[in-house]
Order: sequence, then C-alpha cells, then structure tokens
Amino acid sequence: MKLAACIKRVPDMELRFAIAADGKSLNPAGMKYDIADFDGYAVEVALRFVEQNPPGEVVVISLGPDGVQETLRKALGMGVDRAVQLKADEVPFDGMAIATALAAELRDGGYDLILFGRMATDSANQAVGPMTAQLLGLPCVTAVSKLEVAGGRGKAQRQLEGATESIEFPLPAVVTIDEGVARPRLPSLKGIMAAKKKPLEVKPAQLGEVRLNVVTMELPPDRPPGRIVGEGADAVPELIRLLQTEAKVL
Amino acid sequence: MASSFRGVDFYNLDGLLSEEERAVRDTVRSWVDEHLMPVIGDAYIEGEFPKQLIPGMAELGLYGANLPEEYGCAGLNNVAYGLIMQELERGDSGIRSFASVQGGLVMYPIYTFGSEEQKRRWLPSLAAGKDIGCFGLTEPDYGSNPAGMITTAKETKDGWLLNGAKMWITNGSQATVSIIWAKTGGVDDVKSIRGFIVPTNTKGYTAKDQKGKLSLRASDTSEIVLQDCVVPKDAILPKSGGIKSPLMCLTQARYGIAWGALGAAMACYDEALDYSKNRIMFGKPIGQTQLQQVRLAEMLTEITKAQFLVLQLGRLKDAGTMTPEQVSLAKRNNVNMACECAREARRLLGANGILAEYHSMRHMANLESVYTYEGTHDMHGLILGQAVTGLNAF
Repeated sequence: MKLAACIKRVPDMELRFAIAADGKSLNPAGMKYDIADFDGYAVEVALRFVEQNPPGEVVVISLGPDGVQETLRKALGMGVDRAVQLKADEVPFDGMAIATALAAELRDGGYDLILFGRMATDSANQAVGPMTAQLLGLPCVTAVSKLEVAGGRGKAQRQLEGATESIEFPLPAVVTIDEGVARPRLPSLKGIMAAKKKPLEVKPAQLGEVRLNVVTMELPPDRPPGRIVGEGADAVPELIRLLQTEAKVL
Repeated sequence: MASSFRGVDFYNLDGLLSEEERAVRDTVRSWVDEHLMPVIGDAYIEGEFPKQLIPGMAELGLYGANLPEEYGCAGLNNVAYGLIMQELERGDSGIRSFASVQGGLVMYPIYTFGSEEQKRRWLPSLAAGKDIGCFGLTEPDYGSNPAGMITTAKETKDGWLLNGAKMWITNGSQATVSIIWAKTGGVDDVKSIRGFIVPTNTKGYTAKDQKGKLSLRASDTSEIVLQDCVVPKDAILPKSGGIKSPLMCLTQARYGIAWGALGAAMACYDEALDYSKNRIMFGKPIGQTQLQQVRLAEMLTEITKAQFLVLQLGRLKDAGTMTPEQVSLAKRNNVNMACECAREARRLLGANGILAEYHSMRHMANLESVYTYEGTHDMHGLILGQAVTGLNAF
C-alpha cells in the first residue's frame, strides 16, 4: 500500500494573534506554526496503517513557502518515509488552486489512499480534500472517524449528530480524517535525528487559478463586561426578567 | 484541560536554536503536558515516583539522549539535551533527576570509563529503560567532600569485595544497576577511587528508601549498604581513576541541572503570570498592581538572563571547551534564581499557592534539594572563588 497524507502548516491556535497592517492577514510576529490538528490525525492514520499492514510507504505533501519544510520534517520525525514540498510563495485561500497543484503531484503517484485532515484549523474551508478527489476522479469520504481497508476496498465510519454512518468504497480513494481515529504520536528524539536524512523533495507548485481572495479580516469585538444584578434569591426575578427581555434566551 | 505550556521567550531565544533543537524541546514539552502534568500532583502527595512513565520516556529517547546512536541513544547535541532537562523539570525536579541520573551519572560513566563490552551490555538496555541505574558516590559522612569516602573495594582471587554505605542516592530503590565508587587502596589514597558496575541483585547489596522527605517527593531517594558484596573482575570501569572520574560525571549532571532549574523557574513564572491576570482583588486583576508587576518583571528578567547563560554553556560544551567552573557558575546561578522565582510565584498565588493543585510550592520545595545536591550553592561559590583567585578555601 502506498499512502499520501496532505498536510498544512498553520499558526498555533492557542497563541493570541493579531491582524497585520494590510488588514487581511495575520501578523506573523511572534507566531508559532505547527501541523494542522486534523492533518496530524491523518499522518497518524497513515503510519498505523503501514505498521499494521506492512510493507508500505507513507509520503507527506505540503504546499507553501520554505517554512513548510519544518512541518514536513516533523512528519518525517513521526515516521513518515519521505516528504514533498510544493513550493509556493504563499498558500492561497482558494482551495481549488491548491487542489489543482496537489492533484498534479498525486495523479501519477500510484497512491492507494490519499488522506487529508477534515479541515485546516486556520481557514476551516473543508474544501481541498474533496476538490482534489474530484480532480483525480476518485471517490471521497469526509470526516472519517474509523477506517479499515481490505481486499482493495475501504470501509469508513463517520460520526453524525447522535448516529454513526458506515460507508464502503473502492480504492484508490481520498479520505478526510476527523479526530478520534488515533491520537498523533510525538516525534521521538531518534525520529527527529533520522528525519534529517530522509528525502524531502522540493517542486514548484502547479497552482490553479486563484479566484477567491481575502479582502478584510477582523477580530470579534470585545465582549461587554458582565453585570451583577443583585445577590441571593432576591436577585432571581430580575435575572429571569433580563434573560427573557434583554438576552432573549428564555 | 489546562492550556499547554508555552515557555518563556522574551528575547526571541528560539531564533538562536536550530530547527532540530526546537523540535526536541517541543516534543518533550508536549510529552510533559500529556503524561506528566496530569499525574505529578498526586505522585508528589503520595511520595511515589510515577514508575508508569519510565517506558514512555524511553520510547521518546530521553535517557542518555546526548550519547551516540550506536548504543541505542539519540545522538543529540548538548543544547538539545539541556532543553530536554529544562522541559522535564518544568514538570518536576524529581522526574528530571531520574533522567539526569540515568543519563548523566550512569550511562555517561559507562560510556566514558567503560570497556566496549560494558558499553554494549548496559547502554542499550539503560536507554530503553529496561535497566534503571543509580550513582553511589555520596556517603553519610562524606557529602561535599566525596574524596574522603570510606567505601572500599578489595581485589580478591575472583573479583572485588565491596564494603561501605552510600546515602542520598536518587533512583536507589528501583535501580537494577548501580555505579559504585570505592577506594581500591587505603582510605587516604584518593587516587585509588574507581567505579564499579554493580547489579543491585548482587548478594550483599541492599537499598532502602529514605523516609520523611519534604522535597523531591516524587523521586526515589535511598540509602545503599554494601556488605561483603562480591562482583566479578570485569565489574570495574577500566578507564576510571581517582576522584576526577566521579567529578566528571557530576559535571555532566550539573550541566543538566542548570538547564533543569530554568525549566522549574519558567513553570513558576508562567503560573504566576496566568494567575495574576485572572485573580481579581479590589475589583481588578492583581496583575494590574505595581507590586505584582514588579515581581513578575524580576522573574522574567532573571529567567531571560539564565536562558542565555545555559545556551552559551551548551554551545561551549558542544565545542568541547566548557570548563567545570563554568558549569558551577550556571548551576549556582540558575538553581538559586529558580528558588527565588518559585518562592515569589508562591507568594503571588496567595493562599492558593500552598495547594498541590498549583505547582509553585512543589517546585519551591523541590528546588531546596536541587540547591543542595550535586555541589551545594556554597560549594560552587568556593569552586568559583578558587578559579578566580587561585586560592583554595575548602
């Protein structure tokens, strides 16, 4: 089996971020980056799959400027066999432009399974995986929380609101991974050292036309301060009145 | 779940680290968040080393991480090794002590003074956490003056006969192998000090926990008795000789401590900063008062200075030019600095600061041991005094 995991380098969402002077992007000062959360799950799924069904190969692919090499090397440190950077000055917002570049790389790669995270934790578009599948003419299952493969066919489970859905599909296929499948492993210290010796190929990204552009980006307004309406049981009638008339939640 | 630790980096020190050094730091940081932080408070209260963490630490490659890959180690540089110690002690000094002893005081002497056979026998299993090591140098009456030790090793027809007692031995009770330092000549013959690899199941070897500790409670500290303990001829570390050999080991461990204490200080600062922004008193966060702001500014300043100190120390170690006196300065400064940060953080936390739910008081109590072991603060002062004056005041 040959598996690809397409990963995105995103800002660390736990850090407080600021909007850059252009008013439409994040200020990179003090920003830290990491593999997008769901993409980490996709890498873990690929690694476990090959460990449990050897032999096999796992390739990670990421599109972007040279900074993505650090993210690719993290995946190599986790145990991935080789990495490909599709070099672009920036990552466009338009998922179709990215999917076009990925499809060009994946098309003749002989992959049995192409994995994505369910969505990138920065742009949250959930588009690149299904779009890539469409361009490659492959079946696509999204937000998968359990995945099995046997006899050239895949079986996936998706968690819906209050229900579980099972889906069967032929390989090759594109699958986007939700959390819950397998917690991504940490790269071991030996893995980090070994990653330096693993192949990391840099190719120009054959981006598609960029038709979507971010025009402005704004932080949400500060929340108004809370109000104390009174103390003890005496305050309850007033609190209920405000919840009904002002907040309109009752 | 508490938000994960972000470190302290006021001067963009990250820019002076390589990608690989940052990756190592981040891996250990995540491991500490996921595996150590949820259990350390209870382990400390119970007075138990959290043994369940040993295999996970081995899997990451934390033991002897700066030793070569051919012996099952990660082959990292010394800055990366220091960052590991920093991150472990951000969790707890006892856990860092465990890793320090395993790597700096057990694997290092076997690597440095051992035969090829000894290295092949012990290093991979210590790296894998299948064997746990301890380091027997200090004796009940010989702490700051280890050269005065009275443990002896007499050569016999079949091997060596060890007699003596060791005290304050980290990992002593759970160790499967012990590096014992003993005099092969008379008790005044300092040059006859040699190291021995002693499996702890050897007849005549006993270890028992030292009870009643108010510091390093999540670490195992023991007393070792050697009574007619016989080990084979090849138990001796062939390249060890004189007090210099164990002191070389201590330089390794002290190097790790200088980094580790920094981690404890960062943890306390981080906790104090977070608390100061959330604790409301007199209608505003306590972080908005001048008193607490200066407290935080002092901590930040000292931490930042200490970070540069150990980073340069690590670069010197990697270049092979680091001196033991430079290690003394860093150990002395950084541990003292961490003690001060822990105390100030605990005070900033008010009454909550005495609870195990918060970390500063645990660090504060731990750091009193770190201040005392591996050369007390005062002894390192004398080492530095001697280095600059050329006059011995011991």
